[in-house]
Amino acid sequence: MVYDIIIDPFVQMVEQPDFLLQVLWEGFVSGILYALIALGFVLIFKASGVFNFAQGIMVVFAGLTLVGLHENGVPAFLALLLTIGVMGVLAYGVERVVMRPLVNQPDIILLMATIGLTYFLIGFGELVFGGEPKRMIADELWLPTGSTAIEMGDGGLVILQHIDIAAAVIAMVMVAGLGVFFNKTRIGRALRAVADDHQAALSVGISLNQIWAIVWFAAGIVALATGIMWGARSDVSFALEIIAFKALPVLILGGFTSIPGAIIGGLIIGFGEKLGEIYWGPMVGGGIESWLAYIIALIFLLFRPQGLFGERIIERV
Amino acid sequence: MFYREAGQFKTSYEADQALFPIRQDRIGLGIILAIAFVVIPLTANAFFLTSIMIPFLVFALATIGLNILTGYAGQLSLGTGAFMGVGAYSAYKLTSIFPEANLILVILLSGVFSAGIGVVFGLPSLRIKGLYLAVTTLAAQFFLEWCFIRIPWLYNYNASGAIEVQQRELFGVIATGAAATPLTRYFIVLSIVIALTWLVSNVIRGRIGRQWMMIRDMDIAAELIGVRPLTAKLSAFAVSSYLCGVAGAMMVFFWLGAAEPSAFAISLSFQVLFMAILGGLGSLTGCYMGAAFIWILPVLLRVLLPSLGLSVAAETVQHLTFMIVGALIIFFLITEPHGLARLWRIGKEKLRVWPFPYG
Repeated sequence: MVYDIIIDPFVQMVEQPDFLLQVLWEGFVSGILYALIALGFVLIFKASGVFNFAQGIMVVFAGLTLVGLHENGVPAFLALLLTIGVMGVLAYGVERVVMRPLVNQPDIILLMATIGLTYFLIGFGELVFGGEPKRMIADELWLPTGSTAIEMGDGGLVILQHIDIAAAVIAMVMVAGLGVFFNKTRIGRALRAVADDHQAALSVGISLNQIWAIVWFAAGIVALATGIMWGARSDVSFALEIIAFKALPVLILGGFTSIPGAIIGGLIIGFGEKLGEIYWGPMVGGGIESWLAYIIALIFLLFRPQGLFGERIIERV
Repeated sequence: MFYREAGQFKTSYEADQALFPIRQDRIGLGIILAIAFVVIPLTANAFFLTSIMIPFLVFALATIGLNILTGYAGQLSLGTGAFMGVGAYSAYKLTSIFPEANLILVILLSGVFSAGIGVVFGLPSLRIKGLYLAVTTLAAQFFLEWCFIRIPWLYNYNASGAIEVQQRELFGVIATGAAATPLTRYFIVLSIVIALTWLVSNVIRGRIGRQWMMIRDMDIAAELIGVRPLTAKLSAFAVSSYLCGVAGAMMVFFWLGAAEPSAFAISLSFQVLFMAILGGLGSLTGCYMGAAFIWILPVLLRVLLPSLGLSVAAETVQHLTFMIVGALIIFFLITEPHGLARLWRIGKEKLRVWPFPYG
């Protein structure tokens, strides 16, 4: 039993390096996608202290809008532009209807408000676009859809999906772009000021409402990118909503306010989850992917509650 | 004025501490109980009992459970569905191991298992709070759901993977299974829910309940004046999970009759959370109102929309329900964070001072 848990998985890893590489690659890719969702959370949390539970459904909603528009005869790239517009309207609406009246409420109230928003978007999305899964229009958006098999020395194969590589590249570009945006631009600096202290930011003439609309819009763009990438791997459907729950442990690992933290947390969860599922999962009957991330996050929480790169020291009771 | 309380003097400590010190409240409660125990059984048909009243009562109890934790003790939980599942599965195991045991006893005992597991997942609340705690309760949700699927012992190695309730008798009457009449099941559920509500209302008014509210309002101050967070928080988790567990057990035994693990998925947690928010966080009456509202809303929509001349499919109703519930959650959080219970209280105030706006 002890041998099975401590030694045997590693023996397997060494004996079949190509399989291990494949598993690691899968972990890397899902890690990137988790990180993309977490990025949307971080953006909003950083600028308003709101934990946006609706980020997951925004991913689905963005993907569905894109595919739904295309199905109704809108050319792919026009649909993409229109979807960006829809996310902008959503951002403005959320700021106006939900966030503005709830300024200064406790965290828990805001969290519950975003859960309400989640339900609203689920109902609205299903009403408009229907609940059945849809195929993502990856080809029409000129995304690579093939795959490459790399031969290992001993005859093993590692298969790389091109869309996964594209996802990784896009994620990196996005993170770099957001980094520049936060640190170099006027709006970025205003964002950080709002995050630090609402009142102080207001008193030097920064418009809170405008800033919030901007972050929600940025989070909407991130959601759209995530929706496209995730949708190209599996179909676009409301089942994707479950990935929102994966972003929570990622955030705990990375810290609620750190963009690099979201990426690294996502990768840790991605790798940990796949390795755990493949090598240790069979001992308990498999399917441990659904909760392993949480257990990793919980253990981590005990040692470093603010996360890897988190700024805020969590209150101890 | 429609009624007034003037002249109702309290002349003893007992009278002052009574659960319902005002005569009109006692009369109102009496009327409600009379309707629940006499009028509904006499007039209602089987559909009304099984599809509306029994689920409503079950959800009301689960909502009370969540409200203890979130409304009274201030700890957000997203794992209600899983705790209900623990109750359901332990009741199922208990009744298959001890088929002769009294059914009420089985139901009430099953909550104890749920309470134990709730305390285990409540332990992190001693170090973390708020959003972080929501994550640990989500961990409970996903981990327990996985257990219901992957541990065959829990469902007696059934091929279907679901738990099915066998026929059991209570005091010589068939109480569970397909042969049980809706009326029997309704009476059992109603009695358990009312008894537990009464117990809980006394706990809340007492020492433990005060401690919960102190922890909720300002934990550090509470600690300074001698509330131990350990006992206060863990007792909140225990009582809350106990009630959820009993609700879950009743849900399977008296309402559904059989349940798959997916019945206790996260959507159930959210449903109960919405009932608690809409009804009013920190109010027992609100739990009943919230449960009634969220449970009856889809039924109402299904009836009302066609009468307005709109023909709608079943799934459209469901989507509309999602939208309306989501919008209402946001609306209530913004305008009336204390929910329907607060509206009810305002209504009572108005009746008391009518026709004057203030009094």
